Amino acid sequence: MANIKVKIDHVSKIFGSKPKSVIPQVKSGKSKAEILEETGHTVGVYDASMEIEEGEIFVIMGLSGSGKSTLIRCFNLLNKPTDGSIYVDGENIIEYNSSQLKKFRQNKIAMVFQHFGLFDHRTVLENIEYGLEIKNVSKEKRQQIARENLEVVGLKGYEDKYPDELSGGMQQRVGLARALANDPDILLMDEPFSALDPLIRREMQLELLDIQERLKKTIIFITHDVNEAFKLGDRVAVMKDGKVVQIGTPETILESPANDYISDFIKDIDRSKILQAENVMIKPNALVSLKDGLKVAIKEMEENGISSVFVVDRSRSLQGIVTIDDAIEGIKEKKSLEDVLSTDVTTVTKEEYVNDIIPKALESKYPLAVTSGNGRLEGFILRVHVLSGLVAEDVNESTEYHG
Amino acid sequence: MNDFPDIQSHLGDYVSDFVDFLDNALSGLFDFIFFISSRTINGIEAFLDFLPWWLFLVLIFLLGWYFKSLWSGLLYTFFIFLVGTFGLWEEMMMTISIVLSAVLICLIIGIPLGVWMAFSKGFSTVMRPILDAMQTMPSFVYLIPAIFFFGLGNVSAIFATLIYALPPVIRLTELAIRGVDPEVVESAQSFGSSRWQMLTKVQLPQALPTIMAGVNQTTMMALAMVVIASMVGAQGLGEQVLISINRIDIALGFEAGISIVFLAIIIDRVTGGVADRFQKHRRAN
Repeated sequence: MANIKVKIDHVSKIFGSKPKSVIPQVKSGKSKAEILEETGHTVGVYDASMEIEEGEIFVIMGLSGSGKSTLIRCFNLLNKPTDGSIYVDGENIIEYNSSQLKKFRQNKIAMVFQHFGLFDHRTVLENIEYGLEIKNVSKEKRQQIARENLEVVGLKGYEDKYPDELSGGMQQRVGLARALANDPDILLMDEPFSALDPLIRREMQLELLDIQERLKKTIIFITHDVNEAFKLGDRVAVMKDGKVVQIGTPETILESPANDYISDFIKDIDRSKILQAENVMIKPNALVSLKDGLKVAIKEMEENGISSVFVVDRSRSLQGIVTIDDAIEGIKEKKSLEDVLSTDVTTVTKEEYVNDIIPKALESKYPLAVTSGNGRLEGFILRVHVLSGLVAEDVNESTEYHG
Repeated sequence: MNDFPDIQSHLGDYVSDFVDFLDNALSGLFDFIFFISSRTINGIEAFLDFLPWWLFLVLIFLLGWYFKSLWSGLLYTFFIFLVGTFGLWEEMMMTISIVLSAVLICLIIGIPLGVWMAFSKGFSTVMRPILDAMQTMPSFVYLIPAIFFFGLGNVSAIFATLIYALPPVIRLTELAIRGVDPEVVESAQSFGSSRWQMLTKVQLPQALPTIMAGVNQTTMMALAMVVIASMVGAQGLGEQVLISINRIDIALGFEAGISIVFLAIIIDRVTGGVADRFQKHRRAN
């Protein structure tokens, strides 16, 4: 079980003249619209609770007005919650005094903004230095750190340019480098790629994953784009009208959406890029070991009503596949299981995306074998499984074709 | 039959009493202001007098060249040279000293006030009508208390000029600080900047182009006051205009007048050029 890095506990943020006075109505469960009508106060975040694990990318997804940007600003107290507590490494940051808060922001948490939030009166390097500069790090040291981080985001050579001279994608790289320069534990990203065009956005997403692979920060990422959320998020929280509607891994949200709103939300998502082999595979009922021989193989196939069976060794690593026709032929010609074994089986790993499996499934004449990292057979995939994985509703699985 | 009924109020008398009271109660403060202002003027004037006339021309040329263009530099130098040929060189120096001192004091007072207004809604609400009053009150009116406090002379002129020329720099400073992109302010905040770091490292530099526009306006308004200020004893080109009115001397009036116009053109273009340069620096290429 990973460490809980950030925990927010019944956090509400209300905008208006007397925000505190509205808390009882929130507690009693009145809707955002009712509260606006009765009191004239806008509920930005409505009683949100969540736990974020160390080293994960936690995506908060919602349409505009869902309160996601308000919520992310609570994590570094750019917005002070009206009610509730926020724990970072077990400390309630809401109780921090101003110098503790300054230290917290300087050392533990950094933010990347939708429109980059760069200082256009400073050069790229000076922008990245900013966080260190206000901590009074010496000029030499901070320039060195800034240069290193500029290299991390692939902008070496742009040190002395001004932000206005760079393209949007490059500016956001500067924003990212500036946030990383402080070496924070937690990285807040408020729709960082929304202002970029689609090609650049995809490139930046991959790069973020790449950087995360190396640095293992705890990233809280805001987006309105489902595909982006599911691509980047280890876990995703869906927000609507200030409320957190569902929290889970992309796969669990896809497979069991909490309500119609979420089903609607994820309808046009490209499932083939989210679902992995293990989400669509079938666990084998029957397996045959090499030493079992042909008779056992035929018996297994007959009992389970299947036309082919995988053959494994003692550690359950895949040896090949045998079809019922080959097995009967083999018995007639007094051959061993090993002789009739077909090793022409396509294997895929558990983590492979359905998108990448489709061409393999089309080419292979046998079911695809799904293996885990150490070569252990975990399950198999038929073409029909690939197809049914791509539609949201459960399709009655066909059993007629098997092998 | 239609006369206004015999009801009288004496607001003016009260104000007059109040000014009397101020003069007595705050005489120390006024002495201090007098000291600072006259020192500033004398300092600047001594410096300008110390410059040989040709060096001053070269300086004007360089300013024009650097901030505008080669042709502007030449033109401005020609203007100043022309003023010299009118025999108004010393008067021009005096006017420049008064205007520069007034602008300097305006900035020292105005920029902090503008920053304060940007940070405090309450202070902004209090200041706004005061600034409106300062700008709309006929400028002759506050010449009177100026004489009261500081006597006839350049300091009174500066005081009157201050009241007239201060509002733009205050207003534009407030506007500029408020106008800094909120995301930029948030990003500075998110790194844990203190209030002072935020102001000096982010907000003021970001606001500088707009503040420079305020400086430009303040300077132009200070220059516009030189004739009026000469009624309370300011020397320089304004005084020459006043003299020419009294003597109905068209030649002197025109020469002093056109000299003020020349100064206005040069000061406007140069401060405008400085503002442009800040703008350009931020939108480089």
